[in-house]
Amino acid sequence: MEGVDSTSDLTMVEAINETLHAEMARDDRVVLLGEDVARNGGVFRATEGLLEKFGEQRVVDTPISEAAIVGSAVGLAIAGLVPVAEIQFLGFAYQAMHQLAGQVARLRYRTRGRFEPAITIRAPFGGGVRTPELHSDSLEAQLANIPGLKVVLPATPADAKGLLATSIREPDPVLFLEPLRGYRGIRGPVPNGEHLVPLGTARTARSGDDLVIISWSYQVELATRVADSLASEGLSIAVLDLRTLVPLDVEAITNAVVRCGRAVVVQEAAETGGFASEVIATINDECFWSLEAPVARVSGFDVPYPVGMVEHLHVPNEERILAAVRQTLDAG
Amino acid sequence: MARPSDDQLRSILEDMVTARVQARRLWNLQRQGQVGTVAPIDGHEAAIVGAVHALDPEHDWVVPQYREPLALRRYGPEILDRYLLYNLGHPAGGHIPDPIRVLPPQISLGTQIPHAVGIAWGMTLQDESGIVLVFFGDGSSSEGDFYEAGNLAGVLKAPVVLLCLNNQWAISTPVHLQTAAESFAAKAEAFGMPGILVDGNDAAAVYDAVEEAKARALANRGPTLIEASLYRLGPHTTADDPTRYVPADDLAAAQRDDPLERLRTELSNRGLWDDDTHAATEAAALARFDEAFEVAKTAPLEPDAVLNHCYSTDTQRLARQRTELLGRSPGGG
Repeated sequence: MEGVDSTSDLTMVEAINETLHAEMARDDRVVLLGEDVARNGGVFRATEGLLEKFGEQRVVDTPISEAAIVGSAVGLAIAGLVPVAEIQFLGFAYQAMHQLAGQVARLRYRTRGRFEPAITIRAPFGGGVRTPELHSDSLEAQLANIPGLKVVLPATPADAKGLLATSIREPDPVLFLEPLRGYRGIRGPVPNGEHLVPLGTARTARSGDDLVIISWSYQVELATRVADSLASEGLSIAVLDLRTLVPLDVEAITNAVVRCGRAVVVQEAAETGGFASEVIATINDECFWSLEAPVARVSGFDVPYPVGMVEHLHVPNEERILAAVRQTLDAG
Repeated sequence: MARPSDDQLRSILEDMVTARVQARRLWNLQRQGQVGTVAPIDGHEAAIVGAVHALDPEHDWVVPQYREPLALRRYGPEILDRYLLYNLGHPAGGHIPDPIRVLPPQISLGTQIPHAVGIAWGMTLQDESGIVLVFFGDGSSSEGDFYEAGNLAGVLKAPVVLLCLNNQWAISTPVHLQTAAESFAAKAEAFGMPGILVDGNDAAAVYDAVEEAKARALANRGPTLIEASLYRLGPHTTADDPTRYVPADDLAAAQRDDPLERLRTELSNRGLWDDDTHAATEAAALARFDEAFEVAKTAPLEPDAVLNHCYSTDTQRLARQRTELLGRSPGGG
């Protein structure tokens, strides 16, 4: 475990920036493309300093053109490069959805493996920062429903580094979704040097035996606060951070539910058809008879992602998570 | 500008004749229920074959829409073999073996244009000398991907040639309902690249236009949009009845300017082609086709082929689904 005690204290956006630097230095096939990623260093500074270090051939400001960003990334991958594309906000990915779903996701499948879509698409998403319309949409369930894509959502700076490095090195296409509220709102220790987190391995953010809150991305932070607050009442609440929705760590979900017997699933996306439903269906498949109470879910409402003055009513908060936890503990 | 040599013209006509008779054979197989929906090639042969003969298969990529494969013989016999698998619905139909620089057919119209720009861009980044030729139709030019990709190609000065096969019809929609622009070539103006309008029934003219665009791209002077104007002599596909919308007089006029007959006449008049050569070419093309079709029909298919190559390695869930498909109890228990 060499270097394991050597960490830096970083925000998520700093961890992402550091990882992009490291991966571009490590592999000269890595090419960055997107809107405002070069001269401006990204609207959140995630790509700051990369143009200066790696030059305008490898760090490229594109036209405002999401379909061409994703579509040309397919071509770059076919040509043998490793594109890391940025969609400035996940809501803008709607304008590239035909390339994502119809092309990126199927490239390997339809060419029987001749072409490897080693493509990483980074996009910030999620609520809590009062962005204008169409910036905060949580599209993870739509993306997870597209076979061929992998969907990765780090909740900590250390995972932002470890999962991003793995994603860039992955031969499969990855949608790497970064929580807007976490960019500067979450800070933590990040291992120095090489740090890889495999895709498909959930993280126990907090151990516990009475109930498990299953979540991903920024909601893991809120779930952990709720779990911490209940410790004084003698309640032992676990928090499972899925980290990646595809591939899904079915075993970790099953183990946590079997141990606790009670579960709450938290997501920012709208309730109907959200990934929480998939998690609950998985629990039904794998360990229904271990349950002592019905599994609850805490979601956004079934409305388009709302504007700033009302978004706090939509996005799950600690109060709503706490209510669902208490209800599930009291049931059965 | 180098016009095609006599040898090249003979070779172009050979590929055109081959494409036409093979496409007709494929049509018959569809009518017999042996293959799925197919798109005839009649009327497009000069533009596709002429363009491809201006390329160097070792260095230049071809990114087709869906009507072109039978006319890409220059890129190797595997193109026909794989296209037959494609029409049979075999999963390997989209696998054109390495290192052939051809992508499989693209059904989602226009989506291949940004791919072509990306390949061209990637070649530049790796100091590879070569270009990408991407095919699309008059209808596809109305898709957003055409504009996004054309714009990006212009900005990047990518070594790509955008070849619009304007066959006058997008299924039943005529050109005047597709665009109010003076021509499809005129759209190049907005991309900051040259737009060339060429007679798509003249294989040598298309060859010349592509050859010049290629030289331009290789000299780092950027992309070119070429519109090859031609006429779709057959239906859109085997599922289409053009008598519902194609004016009979227009079709008759177009048939009198059949690109294959035009080149055949020209080469015959110059003593470069004769009826015996023509008959022998057709016979060889059909023999090759029939042989390839027999092989395609018996191509091996793994019992779990439907699950293969979705990911580099199965996800946990896909592994379980594979086990289920193969009829074993999940988890071995």
